[in-house]
Amino acid sequence: MRQALRMLARDWRAGEVRVLAAALVVAVASITSVAFFADRVSRALVRDAHQLLGADLVLVSDHRWKREMADEIARRGLQRAEAVNFISMARAGESSLLAGVKAVSQNYPLRGRLRIAPAPNAPDAPAQQGPARGTVWLEERLVTALGLPMGASLRLGTAEFKVAAILTLEPERGTNFFNIAPRLVMHQDDVPATGLVQTGSRVWFYLYAAGEPAAVAAFDAWARARLERGQRVDNLESGRPEVRASIDRAQRFLGLTALLAAILAGVAIALGTRRYVERHLDGCAVMRCFGATQRQLLSLYAAEFLLLGLAACALGCAIGYAAQNAIGAALGTMLRAALPPASPLPALQGILVGVVLLLGFALPPLVQLKNVPAVRVIRREAGAPSTSALAVYAAGIAALGGLLVWQAGDVKLGLTVIGGFGAAVLVFAAVAWAALRLVSAAPVARRLGARSLALRYGLANLRRHAKGNAVQVASLALGLTAVLLLTFTRNDLVDAWRRSAPPDAPNRFLLGVQPEQAAEVSRFFAARGIAAPELSPMVRGRLIAVNGKPVTEADFGEERAKRLVEREFNLSYAERPPAHNQIVAGSWFAPGARELSVEEGIAGTLGWKLGDELEFAVGGQRLGARVTSLRKLRWDSMKINFFVIAPSALLADFPASFVSAFRAEDGQEAALNELIKRFPNLTLVDVGAAVKQAQGVIDQLINAVQFVFLFALGAGLLVLYSALVATEDERRREAAVMRVYGASRGQVTGSQRAEFLAMGLVAGVLATLGAALIGQLLARRVFELDLPPSPGLWIAGPIAGVALLSLNAWLSARKVLSASPALTLRDSV
Amino acid sequence: MNRQTSNVLAARGIGKTVKSGDRDLVILRDIGLEVMPGEAVAIVGASGSGKSTLLALLAGLDTPSTGSVELDGASLFELDEDARAELRGRAVGFVFQTFQLLPSLTALENVMLPLELAGRDDAEAAAREILARVGLAERTHHYPKHLSGGEQQRVALARAFAVRPKLLLADEPTGSLDAEAGDAVIALLFQMNREAGTTLVLVTHDEHLAQRCTRIVRLAAGRIVA
Repeated sequence: MRQALRMLARDWRAGEVRVLAAALVVAVASITSVAFFADRVSRALVRDAHQLLGADLVLVSDHRWKREMADEIARRGLQRAEAVNFISMARAGESSLLAGVKAVSQNYPLRGRLRIAPAPNAPDAPAQQGPARGTVWLEERLVTALGLPMGASLRLGTAEFKVAAILTLEPERGTNFFNIAPRLVMHQDDVPATGLVQTGSRVWFYLYAAGEPAAVAAFDAWARARLERGQRVDNLESGRPEVRASIDRAQRFLGLTALLAAILAGVAIALGTRRYVERHLDGCAVMRCFGATQRQLLSLYAAEFLLLGLAACALGCAIGYAAQNAIGAALGTMLRAALPPASPLPALQGILVGVVLLLGFALPPLVQLKNVPAVRVIRREAGAPSTSALAVYAAGIAALGGLLVWQAGDVKLGLTVIGGFGAAVLVFAAVAWAALRLVSAAPVARRLGARSLALRYGLANLRRHAKGNAVQVASLALGLTAVLLLTFTRNDLVDAWRRSAPPDAPNRFLLGVQPEQAAEVSRFFAARGIAAPELSPMVRGRLIAVNGKPVTEADFGEERAKRLVEREFNLSYAERPPAHNQIVAGSWFAPGARELSVEEGIAGTLGWKLGDELEFAVGGQRLGARVTSLRKLRWDSMKINFFVIAPSALLADFPASFVSAFRAEDGQEAALNELIKRFPNLTLVDVGAAVKQAQGVIDQLINAVQFVFLFALGAGLLVLYSALVATEDERRREAAVMRVYGASRGQVTGSQRAEFLAMGLVAGVLATLGAALIGQLLARRVFELDLPPSPGLWIAGPIAGVALLSLNAWLSARKVLSASPALTLRDSV
Repeated sequence: MNRQTSNVLAARGIGKTVKSGDRDLVILRDIGLEVMPGEAVAIVGASGSGKSTLLALLAGLDTPSTGSVELDGASLFELDEDARAELRGRAVGFVFQTFQLLPSLTALENVMLPLELAGRDDAEAAAREILARVGLAERTHHYPKHLSGGEQQRVALARAFAVRPKLLLADEPTGSLDAEAGDAVIALLFQMNREAGTTLVLVTHDEHLAQRCTRIVRLAAGRIVA
């Protein structure tokens, strides 16, 4: 071990292991920072996502909660808040408007904050607690409609309130779009004075709980066992599918980035070790001459690398921790909340990955080192390491694969990426080999070569070094693929992801449009310059039987299933599947068929399969039809979605109303108020706030992911660097020989430029194809996004390859020309 | 005492054949050679006569197609590669035409290397002493690339003698040096050889150098001709 330490110190001093150490440090730093950060972000996401519920758990009831339920929350050490929701007319002078009243306890919400502004259009800020007694907070629309200045008086039932603030954001907004009238928030203790909550009133009672996850989960289970009819428990899973979808996607992004960083680091380490081994062949042969046994050599080098590895891992972990801390601090403001502290697990994970990378990618070439024959001291050509890299690295790749699957926590994703990477390496090397030979033998190249010695040499080198160059081009292409993937393709993915909840997503739901009003409503929109909303028919029906067997709540264990069965379904009819839906099983029905298309998730929850006969009670009649297709919905699209769609022939004769989702811009509130005045039966729901909240969450996720991308980008650049320096020594020797035999500086640099240019072009094209292909696969298979190919990529990829290698040719030529050929040759003998 | 134990090195019926394309290429055939303690043997011959191959076989760096070599009483090719390496570490010193100094180590560290491999605790002191002996006391911390060819070969000599080998094998030790530096290195080589009582086998095509040895073995087309 002492000897290994001495060797490490000497190699370090001589700069032999610095690149390798840097690769390892960057690898471990990126992996740990990704892991640390992912750990913190995912915990923050879960916590912050709870803000959309206003708590970790929400209990909803259509009648008063028994005292025991509220007491139990406190008894378990959880925070508790309460609210009562009902609809009532808010009046101010002559004006009145239906308001969605929410009477809350002072500590509402437990997660997230209500945001209020002191006046219309004034900047808002989080409220420290709910409204004081005797005051109300109103949504701006209500203030505008009622013409109320701040401080004015507003009448609710039999009580008078002072308007104290404009409510700009409410955590729970959108949990149930269909109950939302413009929001009015008041103190819970003021409710009795209004006289509005009477027996028979339509009132919802809310209990909120928040606290330690384990305690919340335990209470969740306890409460569910005691629910009565008309009561339910919402958690993140059951309450907000669109939020869940975004979090899942973010975790995949983070997992993928960690995968990329780890694999790229492995490649960089493999390249670095290869160079190390090539430079130590002679030293090994000399040591064999002086009596070192194979075992001695192996343990010496293994110990040296282990020491290097441990030091690099420790440093990498420290840097990773510092980096994630900095990112966390930077992102903290964006997240509008401090990230929870990191757990130590990611450090262990980083060290483990570092050691596996080192053992997997550095040990195999080191094992070759021990096999160097001593006779190499006399015959230099003896004992070059085997170039069958794949066999050498098989164990490393397998170990890394296992680790990556573990780290990604997603076998499918892990295997896809590793398989793709492995295939890319093989294909890249094979294509590079063929392409370089083709380039060097092309008639154009021959004609050019006839004119210029430099070009002839450069092109001939492509052929002479075909194997080595192919490996280098493949490595370069790999690094460049990663860089392109993380720049161009990432932007495409992020854009596509943003588009999944675009800034122009609908922010209003219009309900209750009668068939005879549809045309008139459309004209109303057109006259005011608002895009006419697409109206979807909606027929309400209760599920009564599946395959002839009557359905009751008791048939289902899952709460969500019970709830779905208990209430009426919104059925719709259409001739074509909605544009934002995707058929994932079966096929869309023919017009007039007695068939249904149902949403995949609800089919899973209620156990429906293709071919099942569903029977609904619609308007006193029975309607039966067979399920012939399953659809996948984009819940975060904020569009109108239906669980069940039938052909119009089947439903068109039933009493229907029309619903729509559309986008209203700022300043169009007056027109919307006019719409409601003109069509009093319509219900207009403002989902703008909910959209804003969902958009905010998605933006945070994107920011988090982009930070993490930087590390993988660093690892990609490291691979590029390692690939470039891999053949530096050899090229220097060749250039020195050329100069000894009278080649001019121009000829030396020219031949290298020609060679590098061709390699850069091939690497650039390969990387572009790789990035485009992987991007498509990722988009379709993993992120379930439709990703159009980016035209910029096709131009930037090849240019990047050529530019990179040209820069390298320039730098390498400078080194070659600045060193005396005699010295170069003497050093390399 | 019989001859087998009194010699330092004995080669019997050594032959080396390699494949060249689909033909067998004979490099050495039926070489017999015995070297007694304290002898200085020069192996001379034209380029391609098989000198370096013979030296590699005598050191156990390569394996012969036929024949056997005894080094310090051990039959080299009955040992495995690691055992041969151990034997070399114990009994053999090397000087190469191309010096074979490790570029990442200083002069001192290069000399320390075989001592460290042998597990010597006094590696540094011993290395300093012998470097002073070859006149490089002031250059211990220089890297090979900062030393002249003659100086590099002197470091190589110091490294070879550091472990006090019984047998020193030298492959064209002046081949990479100009006449002046070559002469200085050779003078030093013979002086150290004499002082340490080491047996010397050197391969050269330099008749002048060969004449300084106690015996000359001439090789031509893979055979001993004189």
